[in-house]
Amino acid sequence: MKMYLNSIFADPERTARLVDIAKTSLWPLLEGAIMNTIPLTIISFIIGLILAVLTALARISHVKFLQIIARIYVSAIRGTPLLVQLFIIFYGLPNIGVTIDPFISAVIGFSLSVGAYASEIIRAAILSIPKGQWEAGYSIGMSYTQALKRIILPQAARVSLPPLSNSFISLVKDTSLASVVLVTEMFRRAQEITAANYEFLLVYSEAALIYWVICFFLSVLQGFMERRLDRYV
Amino acid sequence: MISIKGLYKQFGQLEVLKGINLEVKKGQVIVVIGPSGSGKTTMLRCLNVLETPTKGAISIEGQSLDFSKSVPKKSVASFRRLTGMVFQNYNLFPHKTALENVMEGPVIVKGEDKTTVRKKAQALLEKVGLGDKIDYYPAQLSGGQQQRVGIARALAMEPEVMLFDEPTSALDPELVGEVLKVMKDLALEGMTMIVVTHEMRFAREAADEVIFMDGGVIVERNKPEEIFTTPKEERTRKFLNMIQ
Ligand SMILES: Nc1ncnc2c1ncn2[C@@H]1O[C@H](COP(=O)(O)OP(=O)(O)OP(=O)(O)O)[C@@H](O)[C@H]1O
Ligand SMILES: [Mg+2]
Repeated sequence: MKMYLNSIFADPERTARLVDIAKTSLWPLLEGAIMNTIPLTIISFIIGLILAVLTALARISHVKFLQIIARIYVSAIRGTPLLVQLFIIFYGLPNIGVTIDPFISAVIGFSLSVGAYASEIIRAAILSIPKGQWEAGYSIGMSYTQALKRIILPQAARVSLPPLSNSFISLVKDTSLASVVLVTEMFRRAQEITAANYEFLLVYSEAALIYWVICFFLSVLQGFMERRLDRYV
Repeated sequence: MISIKGLYKQFGQLEVLKGINLEVKKGQVIVVIGPSGSGKTTMLRCLNVLETPTKGAISIEGQSLDFSKSVPKKSVASFRRLTGMVFQNYNLFPHKTALENVMEGPVIVKGEDKTTVRKKAQALLEKVGLGDKIDYYPAQLSGGQQQRVGIARALAMEPEVMLFDEPTSALDPELVGEVLKVMKDLALEGMTMIVVTHEMRFAREAADEVIFMDGGVIVERNKPEEIFTTPKEERTRKFLNMIQ
């Protein structure tokens, strides 16, 4: 630690070099974030949420077959490491003749993961809405689907917003795993940069800082959305 | 216009309704009293088909459901529209304003035009004395106000009969009157009503007949003044002594 700091401050040439590296790697890192990390997060989260709602509905449905499929899916995804899932999709599937582009592989992997975890959040949120709300819907003549769409899901959305925001923020960071399936997102960019200059501490810290800024911005957004949805409580 | 024949309801091993027979004429106001667990709520919920009776038949205004056979979902939905339900704990939609609560049924279920429904809903809320609260969320309203929105919401579907399950029992005493007043006005307008309540004054002032239920059957049915002063059945007398 002391040596590292000494080497920076005692040697003006090295200081200049580090400042230069920090500056020149900023844009490639940001580019990795803008072109891959952020789109990967957003696309995977949207697909994952759709999957999660469907899975949650299957779990609470009275159709045994749907329940079982949903249970197996959630159990399989939660019971295996995301890294292994990504390897199976990207490196494993080509063995049976299915070759998928790195970015698409990552989207598939992350969507499946979000779908499984978020389905539990959404299921719990739906079950937390009092039975009287369903009954009030039915009593004015609503069908199951109408009551679900108009009465239950909007309230469940409010309940699940904080935990889903957490999932979203986690996903931003988890996308760094996509580097192992060759997606040039921010972390892979950082690896490429350090491979040329060996300034691991500087460049990885810079990447960490950018992740932090993104996540900070997201938690501000979360607070804003929660206040908006709080109007009625 | 309403006829219940041989209605039974069982929850697992527990038989809650043991053969209810009841005829109600158009415009009648029937108050249902009886001890806790006697099946009053269950009977109302069967009329609204929130519970599926084990056997028996219900018919309202010519539409009937025979629960001895299996009934299709479609006919349950259309049958439900004949009855408006007012719940003990209001069950308003918390994410919708008073106006939106009232508009929800006509717009979503009946598919009526929004602007027409808005006017109708506004008029209904004015009628229950909440014309100045239409944009309030349920959480911003008192219990009595919420229950009046609940009544307006049920009325918006233009039901043949209104069902009330202890509509004032969750209210602070000073808020009971405003809800009962709305119900009395409805009764005067000729609405057919079945009201489970322990508000004896309401029963005396607004009911055409009072039904005493115990142990899943209707024990006695009579005009309010008769049943309160000279009950025929021993069980009715005991119950009335207990609550007065
Ligand atoms: N969904 C249910 N599952 C099982 N038992 C039930 C259910 N609903 C009601 N019961 C039982 O049926 C019986 C009658 O209940 P109900 O609510 O109809 O009585 P009630 O006359 O309305 O009583 P109260 O005056 O306390 O409201 C009670 O013993 C109750 O525990
Ligand atoms: Mg009851």
